[in-house]
Amino acid sequence: MRLPPNIRIVRVPCSGKVDLIHILRAFEKGADGVCVLGCLEGDCHFNNGNLMARRRVEQAQKILDSIDIGGERVKMYNLSSSEGPRFAQYAAEFTEKINALGPNPIKLAKNKAAVDPATRDMAETN
Amino acid sequence: MIVADKKPIEEIIEYLKDHTNILVLGCNECVTVCEAGGKKEVAVLASTLRMHAQKEGKEIKIDEVTLERQCDKEYLDEIRDVIDQYDAVVSLACGVGVQFTAEQYHSTQVYPGVNTCFMGATEERGLWTERCQGCGQCILATTGSICPVSRCAKRLFNGPCGGSTDGRCEINAEVDCAWQLIVDRLKALDKLDEYEKLCPLKDWSTDRAGGPRKVVREDVQQ
Repeated sequence: MRLPPNIRIVRVPCSGKVDLIHILRAFEKGADGVCVLGCLEGDCHFNNGNLMARRRVEQAQKILDSIDIGGERVKMYNLSSSEGPRFAQYAAEFTEKINALGPNPIKLAKNKAAVDPATRDMAETN
Repeated sequence: MIVADKKPIEEIIEYLKDHTNILVLGCNECVTVCEAGGKKEVAVLASTLRMHAQKEGKEIKIDEVTLERQCDKEYLDEIRDVIDQYDAVVSLACGVGVQFTAEQYHSTQVYPGVNTCFMGATEERGLWTERCQGCGQCILATTGSICPVSRCAKRLFNGPCGGSTDGRCEINAEVDCAWQLIVDRLKALDKLDEYEKLCPLKDWSTDRAGGPRKVVREDVQQ
């Protein structure tokens, strides 16, 4: 089982702990994609945490679409905690999808500003 | 409570296009309950605006503060020391809060972040419906606690009109006929004789039609 090297895993006690703002902040800080993994629906250890997580992921998708970052960059997967190979498969699938979408437009804009001659002097002195 | 709904992000972005130092100001009361302008919504809006600005290559500073409410000077005073840092405030309070903030800080641009809709209640999470229009002379005692001013399309005071069909209003099949509700309630309370009593002519001067209103309480004024 192999995981792609460019993913960072953040462990939470339940996917329901993930709030909308956490997803948005990840993109603010330059993440190219955010993937929320929760238990299979109906099997949430805390009853309905994974259902709340799904709704928040959908809210995040709408917001990211509204500012042209792309709602496809955030996705929720449901799986059992014992399904190791499936986790690896989802991770690989999601990474491939994000690679195809390209970097976060915010990162691109920041990089552009850093090398833009008009702002370069400012960037160098900062 | 006052029910409000979020404004489309494009509209807020348009208001802020010439500003670089912004304060998103939330309110901990009604707009928190209707999930439009509380602390969480402030954080989400600020993050969204930051991402949008960064994507456009724009330098922007957005701060987030949520006050207990924006309709009382004592709470608005809490930002007096910092307000001059900002060239714009997006207030997520109801229309009252937006205006009162602007009155306290009249040299700062204050933009609304929500659309204020009506006085209503939470029927279930995600569904808020109108109950009161502030007519200033409450007659709920005689109508089984159901308001014909806010819930009857014609604001009738003495029973339904001929358009009431199957307990629904003629304007929209999804709207209950207020008078059907009133009669059903009076029946349940065993007070149908109240229905027979004629309601006198209403004094509408205390309604919106009479102009901007005020309430003065000399017994509590200082």
